Amino acid sequence: MSDKPKLRPPIETGCPDGFQYMHPVMRKNYGQWSYHEHPRPGVLKHVAHNGDVIWTVKAGTQRILDVFTLRTLCDIGEKYADGYVRFTIRSNIEYMLADAKKVEPLIKTLEDAGFVVGGTANSVSMISHTQGWLHCDIPGTDASGVVKAMMDELIDEFKNHNMPNRVHMTTSCCQINCGGQGDIAINVQHTKPPKINHNLVANVCERPSVVARCPVAAIRPAQVNGKPSLEVDEKKCICCGACYPPCPPMQINDPEHTKLAIWVGGNHSNARGKPTFQKLVAAGIPNNPPRWPEATAIVKQILKAYKEDARDWERINDWIERIGWPRFFEKTGLPFTKYHIDNWKGARNSLNASTHIRF
Amino acid sequence: MDQKKIHPTPMLDVLEEGPWPSFIAGFKRLRDKHPEKRINEMANSLLGQLEHSYETRKGYWKGGTVSVFGYGGGIIPRFSEVGAAFPESKEFHTLRVQPPAGNFYTTAMLRQLADSWEKFGSGMVTFHGQTGNIMFIGTTTENTQHFFDEINDYGWDLGGAGPCVRTAMSCVGSARCEQSCCNEQAIHRHLVNTFTDDVHRPALPYKFKFKVSGCPNDCVNSIERSDFAVIGTWRDDMKIDQTEVKAFVKKKGRQYMIDNVVTRCPTQCLSLKDDDTLVVDNKNCVRCMHCLNVMPKALSPGDDKGVTILIGGKRTLKIGDLMGTVIVPFMKLDTPEDYEKIVELGQNTIDFFAENALEHERTGEMIERIGLVNFLEGVGIEVDPNMVNHPRTSSYVRTDGWDEEAEKWFQRKAEEKAAAAG
Repeated sequence: MSDKPKLRPPIETGCPDGFQYMHPVMRKNYGQWSYHEHPRPGVLKHVAHNGDVIWTVKAGTQRILDVFTLRTLCDIGEKYADGYVRFTIRSNIEYMLADAKKVEPLIKTLEDAGFVVGGTANSVSMISHTQGWLHCDIPGTDASGVVKAMMDELIDEFKNHNMPNRVHMTTSCCQINCGGQGDIAINVQHTKPPKINHNLVANVCERPSVVARCPVAAIRPAQVNGKPSLEVDEKKCICCGACYPPCPPMQINDPEHTKLAIWVGGNHSNARGKPTFQKLVAAGIPNNPPRWPEATAIVKQILKAYKEDARDWERINDWIERIGWPRFFEKTGLPFTKYHIDNWKGARNSLNASTHIRF
Repeated sequence: MDQKKIHPTPMLDVLEEGPWPSFIAGFKRLRDKHPEKRINEMANSLLGQLEHSYETRKGYWKGGTVSVFGYGGGIIPRFSEVGAAFPESKEFHTLRVQPPAGNFYTTAMLRQLADSWEKFGSGMVTFHGQTGNIMFIGTTTENTQHFFDEINDYGWDLGGAGPCVRTAMSCVGSARCEQSCCNEQAIHRHLVNTFTDDVHRPALPYKFKFKVSGCPNDCVNSIERSDFAVIGTWRDDMKIDQTEVKAFVKKKGRQYMIDNVVTRCPTQCLSLKDDDTLVVDNKNCVRCMHCLNVMPKALSPGDDKGVTILIGGKRTLKIGDLMGTVIVPFMKLDTPEDYEKIVELGQNTIDFFAENALEHERTGEMIERIGLVNFLEGVGIEVDPNMVNHPRTSSYVRTDGWDEEAEKWFQRKAEEKAAAAG
């Protein structure tokens, strides 16, 4: 007993103080900023009321950093940005500089080291993403791989300000969707009910919790082969996979039937209209590693139509609201199917109860 | 490492190509270049398992129970289902660590974290996961404790995982943004650090998230991704620098000004005068931010700043996506007493959630089930027309308490008037 190493009690400090990690110019001017400008893609210039200026250079990374890459990013930060950095919620790194003369050399150094400067203003953002096959226990697809493959194709839109407004993109590896919403979201969509391993259910799953988890009450307790298990009413099942996390023997992922779907028009900002949910526009897209070309092709189709047709400052949801959904499908060439018509709670609100029709 | 032991990764190799930085190239650096054998083998093993996932289109991790001494959460345990084939990464847990609000770091601190992680973990780290934590991805059950002990000693604490108060997120805010109307650093820490016990010891019906955005642009997506969204706003007139308005019109042209600013106002509050000055109907401005976003030099938030609070945002599971709804249209956050009030509201909300939500039900879903009024009465907030898009359209409601409710309203209005006259 006395030989046991003593366990160390945790120090419950919670969230640390952010001021200690802020660039001194930002600390000094906290709450005292006057305006900002976009001198070029990937660069922000913020000016304080007292005339102080802080420059920001934003760069895309691979998100999952190895310690070598992290140290390279630190080397660059020490050489050009006084040793201060921050990360955006889309895992871009930002260097803050007080000295304008260092902006161009920093950009060159970042690009020479393989990072991508951009992602500001009306560009296509880095795709925020989940863990996927690399680390999640319920993923239908990989996340880092999908994002890497897509960003390879969208890199010019990340590096330039060519879009009508910013385009935030996200992915999720399951339908629970721990990934956020976005102007364009690429999410897993299962198409078949779970396959149940009845030998394991009784030992692994707390059956009442699993029954309660189903959004459409399609799961009920059952005796299968003399063992307590669960059964799914496959006509009711919407193939969402909500039962899989609490009950891994209800395998929802399938190499062929787990597909990808694309959603558009999610916008959290209150600018112009109120925040909007994303809407389904394409489904049945093959989950096709290592480069998922079918999904990327559809994303590019949507971006092309948006870029050509939207007005300045219109986010994708603003654009579609102006031109209407029939024209969206016409311009993107995507099929409109019975699956686009909502039948979930509140679905009536999404039906056109008017004679407002564009011809 | 020994070439014979290297798992072939033909599919992953494809992801080393192309111009975007490659995570696979990074994993291979850990496999091939890192001086420590343990890390080489762990990276090799992980690459092997990931390649297996790519080939079979399936994931092979399962959860479990791993924690650090004294806590119940904060670790995402991962045990491999194919550990026999890939033994060096068969335990591959993630530690969720709380970043500062706004995700600021010194490179010195990042180096210190990298050194600790290299000692105990895989060498793979993400800034940040979707909940907002630093994700230290990949370590054994034993090293989970050692790594935590080391970084906890120099100021880092675990975040939430499971049914608990989760790590909060805030935008860059007042540190660098002229649109910010609140002190994100203070709000974020006041809220989440009041609930450290609820962060570390999961005992709620389900997760509970705080997020703070400095203005209604809501750059951390708080309305849709948090149970308790705090968003900066202002209630006096926006500030207009007419010289800058004229300069903007001169530079961009009148048509641009009309097409992109004046006509985009959702409540038609803007009018461009013949002399190229701008008039704003501030009483009807809904603080959407569009005109301020287009003309940040000319237009700014007013001086009487505070926050709006919305409750109940969440993603899909179980009843579908929900946006948060307004429960506090405006709250000042200047004095310590103001901060006590917002913390108390957080406390009341979490207490009510803990007592009334069903297992695995989010705050927004609970409100959907019981109705907003029951929630408001539970946390002690009076109704306000800012909470709805419009009054009810259904006549199926009992109204036999109407007179008392109407009297409450008039009394509240009279008190507000007296307070304002103060």
